[in-house]
Amino acid sequence: MTETVLSVKNLTTHFFTRSGVVKAVDNVSFDLAKGEIMGLVGESGSGKTVTGFSLLGLVDEPGRIVSGSITLKDKALTSLSNAELRRWRGREISMIFQDPIATLNPVLTIGRQMRLAIAAHERTSARAAEDRATDLLSKVGIPSARARLDAYPHEFSGGMRQRVAIAIALLHRPSVIIADEPTTALDVSIQAQILQQMRVLAAETGTAMIWISHDLAVVSSLASKLAVMYAGRIVEQGPTATLLRNPRHPYTAGLMNSLPAMTKPGTPLKQIPGTTPSLLSLPPGCPFAPRCQRATAQCQHDPELTIHGDRGWRCFDPVGHMDEVSS
Amino acid sequence: MLGFIIQRFLQAIGVMAVMSLIVFCGVYAIGNPIDIVIPPEATQDLRDEVIRRLGLDRPLYEQYFIFLVNLLKGDLGRSFVYNIPVLELIGGRLPATLELVLISVVSASVIGVSLGIYAGYRPESWTAKTIMAASVLGFSVPSFWVGLILILTFAVNLGWLPAGGRGATIDIWGVAWSFPTLDGLSHIILPAINLALFKLAMMIRLARAGTREIMLTDTIKFARAAGLSEITILRQHLLKLISIPIITVFGLELGSTLAFAVVTETIFSWPGVGKLIIDSIAVLDRPVMVAYLILVAFLFVTINFVIDLIFALIDPRVRRGAAS
Amino acid sequence: MNRQSTPFTRFWNEFRENRIAVLALSIVVLLALLALFASFVSPQNPYDLANLSLMDSRRPPGFVGTGGYTHWLGTDPQGRDLLSAIFYGLRISIQIGLAAGFVSLSIGAALGILAAYIGGRVENLIMRLVDLQLSFPAILLALVIVALLGQGKVQLISALVAAQYAYFARTAYGAAKAERGKDYIEAAVATPLGSRLVILKHLLPNCTPPLIVVATVQIANSISLEATLSFLGLGLPVTEPSLGMLISNGFPYMMSGRYWISVYPGVALIILIVAINIVGDQVRDQFNPRLRR
Repeated sequence: MTETVLSVKNLTTHFFTRSGVVKAVDNVSFDLAKGEIMGLVGESGSGKTVTGFSLLGLVDEPGRIVSGSITLKDKALTSLSNAELRRWRGREISMIFQDPIATLNPVLTIGRQMRLAIAAHERTSARAAEDRATDLLSKVGIPSARARLDAYPHEFSGGMRQRVAIAIALLHRPSVIIADEPTTALDVSIQAQILQQMRVLAAETGTAMIWISHDLAVVSSLASKLAVMYAGRIVEQGPTATLLRNPRHPYTAGLMNSLPAMTKPGTPLKQIPGTTPSLLSLPPGCPFAPRCQRATAQCQHDPELTIHGDRGWRCFDPVGHMDEVSS
Repeated sequence: MLGFIIQRFLQAIGVMAVMSLIVFCGVYAIGNPIDIVIPPEATQDLRDEVIRRLGLDRPLYEQYFIFLVNLLKGDLGRSFVYNIPVLELIGGRLPATLELVLISVVSASVIGVSLGIYAGYRPESWTAKTIMAASVLGFSVPSFWVGLILILTFAVNLGWLPAGGRGATIDIWGVAWSFPTLDGLSHIILPAINLALFKLAMMIRLARAGTREIMLTDTIKFARAAGLSEITILRQHLLKLISIPIITVFGLELGSTLAFAVVTETIFSWPGVGKLIIDSIAVLDRPVMVAYLILVAFLFVTINFVIDLIFALIDPRVRRGAAS
Repeated sequence: MNRQSTPFTRFWNEFRENRIAVLALSIVVLLALLALFASFVSPQNPYDLANLSLMDSRRPPGFVGTGGYTHWLGTDPQGRDLLSAIFYGLRISIQIGLAAGFVSLSIGAALGILAAYIGGRVENLIMRLVDLQLSFPAILLALVIVALLGQGKVQLISALVAAQYAYFARTAYGAAKAERGKDYIEAAVATPLGSRLVILKHLLPNCTPPLIVVATVQIANSISLEATLSFLGLGLPVTEPSLGMLISNGFPYMMSGRYWISVYPGVALIILIVAINIVGDQVRDQFNPRLRR
């Protein structure tokens, strides 16, 4: 059994808005082993990004973590004060965002931003900080890194900026990195490069990763296990290979069927009928029921997450067949 | 960079040309100063003589041309009322106004930006709400009214500070200044507060709005995710990002405060150009009005030009973009 | 959740949550009513010289004058009952603020939308002028225009409009320009329905929210500017004093301790302006999608 670095139990994050309570993250639980890559998949608005921010303790007003626990390397993050939490962010757990253009500060040089990130956790000489920054920039694939330290973000392309952001996130060799669709805004060719690099870096440093994406195809090429989110909950989770071979939740099955690769060329793509429900007014019972062709009367009640070996799902009437339960 | 400077410089000259034309036509096309300059009982011959001497018989475009030529020679004409060169008249009054305006705008900016950043950083706190309520007040209450209340409170009722005038002055480089003497300083406090309050409210609102928006951006979130402390985020990220709009407004405010000094100077009998222009307007002393407006326009254009330069120094996007 | 919800009721429901804004709005309404019915609520007609007696001039608050009634706020140098003068002054201030506001709104919005709609050289010309003017302090402009046009309501309103239309033009232009760039507008322009429909149906509605916000602020500004000009002696004729004029009249007596002549009209003026601005602030926050929750 490998060592668990991050353990999330019943994490629930609500936004208390004018128009009502938005249950953005609802009872989410998962474990992450050292060096493991987990894919967190779902449509926009399914709560994957809020889950990421919850892990960092960076949920914006008017949202807050209502209940649940987050344990990182035996430390309960949910019980830490803001000041203590800050010392963990960037050092043990860090995050990369979707839009590299918005994440870097346009009026500070790359070197300055990296030095600030180093100084947040360590006192080093300027020289050492510069060496460290250069080293990481070359690692993420930025040529003539030392010279580029004095450059401003706008002098880099989008892909390069994302690499810089990744370098910043890796500065302290954190145990966990949350990558929130970091390649969505980039060209496909650059996307592939960055994916490959992230995989190598994570393996090298033993960093575990939560890869958030709406794109099942991208995630499945990278992650060893998957968690599928719908309306703020994890509706299915399990090892990538078995989950993709034999999806149990109708939503997962629908997602897979809608992949272009699963469709015969020339035939229309299969879509899941209906739209994502508003998190403000969730129907009682299973939130997927209104879009589910298999829904029956018992779906008026909310199914619990049931665990079956290394897999789990929230459905009374799962599709597919029972796996032979492996130990 | 040089190309950028030249381009902006030419733009500034263009704006000045347009402004001078607007001001000239505006002031000259309307109203008749003759009735003010010479007594109504003067003979027609005398009237004609004065009109000719002042060049008022020529067509407007010719007058403008002469005015422009003289302007380039640094001659803005003579005041109808004081009968001395306008430039000399205004130059003598300018230090008093500059002194007042600079003290007001600088203090308003420093205090206003600090309060505004706080109010934007903790928008739900009571302190922030109090600051904002006060700023609505400062923003709304007309400047002349604040002046009255200041006089009523500190000069009439409490008797702590003088109600008007410049007090004792000291000559530096041949120009009289109030702020180095204690008496002068006591005279400058009330008008400076009066002039600063409105700007203070404005700076608070601006800094607050900027802070609120910047704090919601991914840049700040990413900095937080990297574990930067809040104080570092405020000092390194926010301050740098917010300084760009603040400096722009600071410059513009310098100009508009110069204009608002008109009111403050009138209330506190502060012998600056603002008081001069009010007096000149009352008697339709055209050359003084034109010169003053051109001067204000010139200051505006110069300030804008300088801001563009500072902008280019602060914002790497502009700097490098202009270089390439 | 299933209440009847038109945009207006939704707006009002959100507005209602800010109690201070509601208070401010009721004050604005109350002052407007007082101004509207000034002749019924005032103990005296301050414009009727036959009513005034110099015996009563500069009397402190609470004084019972020759008219046989109490001057609750005292009297001014002409022997006018200050309370009545304030009601009538409010009327003039609000009148001028509204008139200047609406004229500037119409001219500014028309220019801004036209610039955004036509584009090209016209756009450049209009917006350059507007920007140029915006960089120039409004008060100076108003001051010079009033000085040149002379005293009177129409002149004063013209000066205020000249000083303020540019704000509306800039706002309308910004909103219309953003909308103009969208594909559906391009498509609509190409249809035979033509330009008038595009302007009326698409550009104008999109400019309305920001224009409303600017209008509230600018009406307050007009009132304040009018008072300032009157205070400087460049506003309205003395016979029909606005609030600014009343304050100005009392200024010389302030030094000798007869504070009420200036202070009470000033308090009325400030309550009016602050209340309008608070309402404007709330409306602006509600229209700003970025601050929405």
